[in-house]
Amino acid sequence: MRTLLVAAALSLGAAAGPGVQAADKVKIGFVSTLSGPSAALGIDIRDAFQLAVKMNGGKLGGLPAEVLVGDDQFKPEVGRQLAEKYVKLDKVDFLTGFVFSNIMLASVPVAFENKTIYVSPNAAPSPLAGKQCNPYFFVASWPNDAYHEAAGQHATNKGYKSVYLIAPNYQAGKDSLAGFKRFYKGSIANEVYTQLGQLDYSAELAQARAAKPDALYIFLPGGMGINFIKQFVAAGLSKDIQLITPGFSSDQDIIRPVGDALLGTIDTAHWALDLDNATNRKFVAAFEKEYQRLPSLFAAQGYDTALLIDAAVRGAKGKVENVETVRKALRDAKFESSHGPFKLNRNQYPIQNYYLRVVARDSQGRLVNKTLGTIFKDHGDAYVQDCPMK
Amino acid sequence: MSWVLIAEQSLNGLQFGLMLFLLAAGLTLVFGIMDMINLAHGSLYMLGAFIAASLVQVTGSFAAGVLLAVPATALLGMILEVSILRTLYARDHLSQVLATFALILILNEAVRLVWGSDAALAMPQALSGPVELVPGLMYPAYRLLIIAVGLAVAVFLFLLINKTRIGMLVRAGASNREMALAMGVNIQALFTLVFGVGAALCAVAGALLGPLLAVQVGMGENILILAFVVIVIGGIGSMRGALLGALLVGIVDTIGRAFLPIAFGAFLPPQFASAAGPAIASVAIYLLMALILFFRPQGLFPARG
Amino acid sequence: MRRSIFIFALLAAFPLAMSAAGQLFYVGMVSRMMVYAIAATSLNLLLGYGGMISFGHAAFVGTGAYVAGILLAEGAASAWLGWPAAVVAAGAAAALIGAVSLRTRGVYFIMITLAFAQMMFYLVNSMKAYGGDEGLSLPRRAQLGFGLDSANEVVFYYAVLLLLGLVLYSLHRLVRSRFGRVILAIRENEARAEAIGFPVYRYRLACFVIAGAAGGLAGALLASHGKYVNPNVLHWTQSGTLMIMVILGGVGRLWGGALGAFVLLGLEQLIADYPIAWLAALAPNYQQHAGLAVGAAMLAIVLYAPQGIAGLLAMKKDAPA
Repeated sequence: MRTLLVAAALSLGAAAGPGVQAADKVKIGFVSTLSGPSAALGIDIRDAFQLAVKMNGGKLGGLPAEVLVGDDQFKPEVGRQLAEKYVKLDKVDFLTGFVFSNIMLASVPVAFENKTIYVSPNAAPSPLAGKQCNPYFFVASWPNDAYHEAAGQHATNKGYKSVYLIAPNYQAGKDSLAGFKRFYKGSIANEVYTQLGQLDYSAELAQARAAKPDALYIFLPGGMGINFIKQFVAAGLSKDIQLITPGFSSDQDIIRPVGDALLGTIDTAHWALDLDNATNRKFVAAFEKEYQRLPSLFAAQGYDTALLIDAAVRGAKGKVENVETVRKALRDAKFESSHGPFKLNRNQYPIQNYYLRVVARDSQGRLVNKTLGTIFKDHGDAYVQDCPMK
Repeated sequence: MSWVLIAEQSLNGLQFGLMLFLLAAGLTLVFGIMDMINLAHGSLYMLGAFIAASLVQVTGSFAAGVLLAVPATALLGMILEVSILRTLYARDHLSQVLATFALILILNEAVRLVWGSDAALAMPQALSGPVELVPGLMYPAYRLLIIAVGLAVAVFLFLLINKTRIGMLVRAGASNREMALAMGVNIQALFTLVFGVGAALCAVAGALLGPLLAVQVGMGENILILAFVVIVIGGIGSMRGALLGALLVGIVDTIGRAFLPIAFGAFLPPQFASAAGPAIASVAIYLLMALILFFRPQGLFPARG
Repeated sequence: MRRSIFIFALLAAFPLAMSAAGQLFYVGMVSRMMVYAIAATSLNLLLGYGGMISFGHAAFVGTGAYVAGILLAEGAASAWLGWPAAVVAAGAAAALIGAVSLRTRGVYFIMITLAFAQMMFYLVNSMKAYGGDEGLSLPRRAQLGFGLDSANEVVFYYAVLLLLGLVLYSLHRLVRSRFGRVILAIRENEARAEAIGFPVYRYRLACFVIAGAAGGLAGALLASHGKYVNPNVLHWTQSGTLMIMVILGGVGRLWGGALGAFVLLGLEQLIADYPIAWLAALAPNYQQHAGLAVGAAMLAIVLYAPQGIAGLLAMKKDAPA
């Protein structure tokens, strides 16, 4: 009978499944947003991560690396199911990859419960930096608030009298505007939260126009940002209002679909294509050669994540099955990342510089982000004092 | 709250309503005349957008791409009708619902196989700036184009339905199918034609909305539900009802997204004010539909005699 | 009956076999399939036996999931509180929605159930306090008491199995009871049932509420199993998925819902995890397009085999030797 056959097949298949974990390779579970309007972000992280492994001869920290890749399709349930599979069934040594905070927050609890380390190549929300800091959560990118704090500081430096704020209605959105307000001393024209995944901003743009602010600060990652900026310029608002964005809203993945409309946009980030250090020069050249496109900061983050895991596995002398050893190695990891020497705070979030950038043309006429100056040096995050970890 | 804001938001509501009308028009005809619930209508909208994206790339011209996508999608729609959907006319509504739901799944995956999860469809350069309608009121040129096309199509449909022989046959079929059959109308051909027109309308909406929203797999599902709401409110089989229903939904949506958050912002923290408006607008739309179904199930402009 | 007992014995033995092989992940996976089996069975009562095409059933599953989830999030850890609360809440929602919807007929009934489901979806979506569209992560599964730890996959599995058995047995008895026979009579010929003197509306409403309540139970189990609730569980496409399960399995047959759930979810898992070499050679990405096969299978069933898998099996069994 059919049901009998299905049940039997499942049982047989399961019993024939993966065997006991051997420490002769390091297994990575990589779940990210690889489809949909915001896929460019996950794809950049994945491509850079895999490039780093390839440049290392297919190894991380001296051990052959097996990277399992899954697509969360921008859906928290799917991300969660994949995380469960990688952690519980494939028993990966490291989980990584998530782009969006909401999907990550729904998915990493299963890693924490199973004592599996998660290294974030992007999302780094404030609760996990402070009160809910977790020993198995490491950040290779930047605290969610950082770019926004830098932007707020820049707005203060420029003396803008009123700024209009827009972000999507989820944890990272809340964090972003809170971060901006932390360092911006002028007045806020309005604080608007849109729906996550929203694509039509006609209503919000009309309202922004009516408010007549000096500058408009938006946090709209991926497809949301692409649509917003196109509609912003189409509505003729770019002439009257200075657009300030966090670095990833003006980086390569946005430049490609939006094009010249982005020229002159001011943004803040922890990395830029023209940062002058050995790792960055090597990374940018290799990425361009391998993938025929310029890397975005998401790619830089993916690359740094691989370097961090590499340094940790080396520091743990290959003993990846011992989680505590790996944790300590991660905390003490010292290596040259794409933006300079890498350093983690005691809440396992990075301490690094943040730069002011502008979208302009490079010597080959391509649209890139050029570094204008440094806003913060060795900047941590505002939540570390709430974290009980030493 | 300035008059500029009100004017701009009203235009936004009009734009949204007109696009919804294009989808609802095709849906109401199919439902009214063939008595078939076609859940795959949203998939035709998606196909129209993807085909337009490819044709725009191939021809290098936005206008050419969109104009060619319309008959292409209409053809695909007619093929679908002749091959699969025709067998469903005689079946009960449940079978129609399930079969067309299955079609949504199949078409979603088929599109993903051929194009991938999404496609790029860019606004034409010439229209990517604003237009000054009256001194002080700037509005994106592209959205004006959508409004213009929407109104033109509405006028065209009204002329077609009310002033031509084909239109008369369509109205007869919507009003009383058995009688129309008895009178010797070639129902088979009429059905295929109506379906093709519906698919063409979907393609216009999909191609025009592509640059504003995202051309992606699954884009049909969300707008499909709204289209059903519109035709229930307006009256199944009625063009006038579809237009009125669509504009009504457009207005409620605009109020919800644009004006309610301003009102709520006065006494709610920004996060809640921003979420409450759209939520209330959505609930209001479905509440309206439920009320109509309860008190006047044939809709505001019943087509059935 | 014998077949049912055999299937339960198999299901009961499954986790023991998996424990021995050290593959507890699969125990969790089958638990999830059984929860969906309960949800599909509840829809089967409505759809198959009651003849009511409700496109809003996901609303009741979702109500159960959120009530159970919110109780867990607020610290009320006991399953003996959370799960009955979910059932009652879902039943109440069904009573309200059914009272209004059942006054309509045919396609209007389909649309109005859809409308109510979407309203609930948007309401839940706007509840920022409980996650909004990000969803709500739950601290733990509902506690079963008696020293049993529901975090243990095997323990939770048996709890779900027990409930599945209860639901199926109840359906079995319900259909054979007087109530059940009236419901079937109404499905066959409403006018005649009315003429005989049965209060059709009340019987239908009762059926609607029972189905909704059972759906709520499935929702509560779903929330506990994944330790996560999210508004997508209320979306109309979820109602569609449940319908697929019922139709696939066999509408109006006892095991229809459960069978459909097992086959649909099982196939999804199999396709995703076990690449078939020759198929991969033909279409390298076929694993990501499982939906195509599901859609095609469903279309084929609707067009050519409306009695579903259970129906086909029953026919084979009843065919002359």
